[in-house]
Amino acid sequence: MSEHSHPTPKLYLIILTCLVVGTVLTYRAAFWDMGIFNPVVALTIACTKATLVILFFMHVRYSSKLTKLTISAGFFWLMIMITMSLSDYLTRAFLPR
Amino acid sequence: MSTSQTTTTEHHPALAHQFDSMEQQQDASTFGMWVFLLTEIMMFGGLFTAYLIYRLKYYDAFVAASTSISVGWGFANTLVLIGSSFTMAMAVYTAQKGARKQQVIYLILTMILGVAFLGVKAKEYHDKYDECHIPGHVIGKGFNTWGGCSSTDPKLGNIADEIRERDPKVPEVAAVQIAKQTEIFFSFYFAMTGLHAFHMIIGFGLLSWLLLRAWRGEFGPQYYTPVELGGLYWHFVDIVWIYLFPLLYLISRTRT
Repeated sequence: MSEHSHPTPKLYLIILTCLVVGTVLTYRAAFWDMGIFNPVVALTIACTKATLVILFFMHVRYSSKLTKLTISAGFFWLMIMITMSLSDYLTRAFLPR
Repeated sequence: MSTSQTTTTEHHPALAHQFDSMEQQQDASTFGMWVFLLTEIMMFGGLFTAYLIYRLKYYDAFVAASTSISVGWGFANTLVLIGSSFTMAMAVYTAQKGARKQQVIYLILTMILGVAFLGVKAKEYHDKYDECHIPGHVIGKGFNTWGGCSSTDPKLGNIADEIRERDPKVPEVAAVQIAKQTEIFFSFYFAMTGLHAFHMIIGFGLLSWLLLRAWRGEFGPQYYTPVELGGLYWHFVDIVWIYLFPLLYLISRTRT
């Protein structure tokens, strides 16, 4: 918390490169038939990209423990909403799958 | 002139009196911004959850509809938005360094990329308008996917035909049924990308305000909180798009 040491332009460029590579990978992977793993791969890449943006572009890696804890709690609640809703809908008889 | 008062000392003009230091002020502001962004995440999260449930229920329709939107433009827009996140990060960096000219340049670059994104989005929306893929019967010629929408070009926007071209074994009744259900996908498509585009427009307004203040040279190593918070907002909008792109554009491109 005491020091706001922010990343350098060099690190920003590295992150930008990773994000561009991730985007190209998502695009290429979408045309490659992996069956049930297509959405899994797409979402894994999306989560990796989002994490890079949050940690470095949004400086969370360099922010206070309070901020980190708050953000983690927020995402935890988001996961509760998604997993609970889906596990409810997916285990009901009226859905074909 | 009494000298007994010890409460006031020399401090930065932007320091509000309830804070001890500029650093404490920035920590409080950043924390507050994140709490706001988490409410935004929950709002978009609700849309994503609803999207996932309907995607599982009407998977064939979602595949057919997703195939009808242009993956090339979506891909290009993803790169544009990632680029704008980079220039925004650099704007924050240069603001912290107090480099006035550079932060102005990076803010303008971010705004240009933001406008480019919205321009591509407008083009995509117009394509959907031409193909009669706007859900409801308020805008355009109504949602009429199965029969094609134009008397001059019956192929235009005809999802039922596209389904049967890809797989001739699908009976016509089933293809028309699936095409009709794509209206659900397009409702999500317009609601989610529309809300996202609305955030981009707000972000553009924030950037204009930051540009004005950066131009006046208000930001430096001691005080750059507005740029930092504007950056957080801009990156958040980028993150939403990072999820929207694979979920809306890339559902199942292998079937084409």
